[in-house]
Amino acid sequence: MMRLLCAAFLLLAAVLPVAAVEPDEMLDDPVLEQRARDLSDEIRCVVCQNESIDSSNAEIAGEIRLLVRERLVAGDSDQQVLDYLVARYGDFVLLRPPMKPTTYLLWFGPFLVLLIGVVSVLVYFRHLRRAPAMPPALSAEEEARLARLLDAEAGEGGDAKQP
Amino acid sequence: MLRRLLYLLPVAIFAVIAGYFLWGLSPERDPGNVPTAMIDKPTPDFDLAAVPGLAVPGLATADLAGGEVVMVNFFASWCVPCRAEHAYLTAFSEESGVPLYGINHRDKPEDAAAWLAELGNPYQRIGADPGRAAVEWGVTGVPETFVIDGAGRIRWHHRGPLVPQVIERDLKPLIAALQP
Repeated sequence: MMRLLCAAFLLLAAVLPVAAVEPDEMLDDPVLEQRARDLSDEIRCVVCQNESIDSSNAEIAGEIRLLVRERLVAGDSDQQVLDYLVARYGDFVLLRPPMKPTTYLLWFGPFLVLLIGVVSVLVYFRHLRRAPAMPPALSAEEEARLARLLDAEAGEGGDAKQP
Repeated sequence: MLRRLLYLLPVAIFAVIAGYFLWGLSPERDPGNVPTAMIDKPTPDFDLAAVPGLAVPGLATADLAGGEVVMVNFFASWCVPCRAEHAYLTAFSEESGVPLYGINHRDKPEDAAAWLAELGNPYQRIGADPGRAAVEWGVTGVPETFVIDGAGRIRWHHRGPLVPQVIERDLKPLIAALQP
């Protein structure tokens, strides 16, 4: 049982992202260090493919990790640190895209698609309900025509039997 | 009529999606290209010491607001594309008369000195950057090149080596427009 638990834990540990923070980078103040770690998780390593600076070993990621800590120690708020980086690398440096007019489609696009789907389904079912399952009864005109046709057929059949 | 148009909707949706795929597959598009946010901003505050063993002085913010157009190039001796662009950069600086300043990024002074002794030194000033200046400038790697106007504002930022195509297409028209 114990062995199984250990194996499960190891498996879990293997899939967790590994932080790249070097011990000498860490701050002595645990509160500030935690803020730096949380912030680093939101900042994209600018030379990696979709990796945060917290998990990247790139030199520039290390440099930005140090910079984040320096600015936090200097008294910057989290937002000020992010603003500082956005001023240099643009929104690209943020792993969570900001909400602004150019990103509205990104944020609301999925809901828009969902809305189109819901409207399409509603229209489809309304159409189905309105379309009757049975054809409408024949009009008087059609009844008369049907009777004429049936009569004509009966007459033909009768003729064939009596030459 | 409206119903006929409705039948065209799947075709329209397909066209939009196909358009995105086409854009995504375009060989012109480089997904690794990081957009720059530095255009039209003043040069960042920095003060870099000279590289020991080199005859040229260091580089600071004040050197970039002297009233003339200058180029700032991030380079390193360990960077292969820097070696590739070196001859073009030198030729362009000499030809156009635009002063070229260097920022030596994460390099050993003796390596930088040997590299410049071998290839020639086109830089009038070189600042030694242990790493922070690159972040201040929004640089992601070497080589990267900036054009600064007379007022000390960044007017152009290029990531990657300055190959002749880029010089002809982007750099020359810009310098011609900036220089009186």
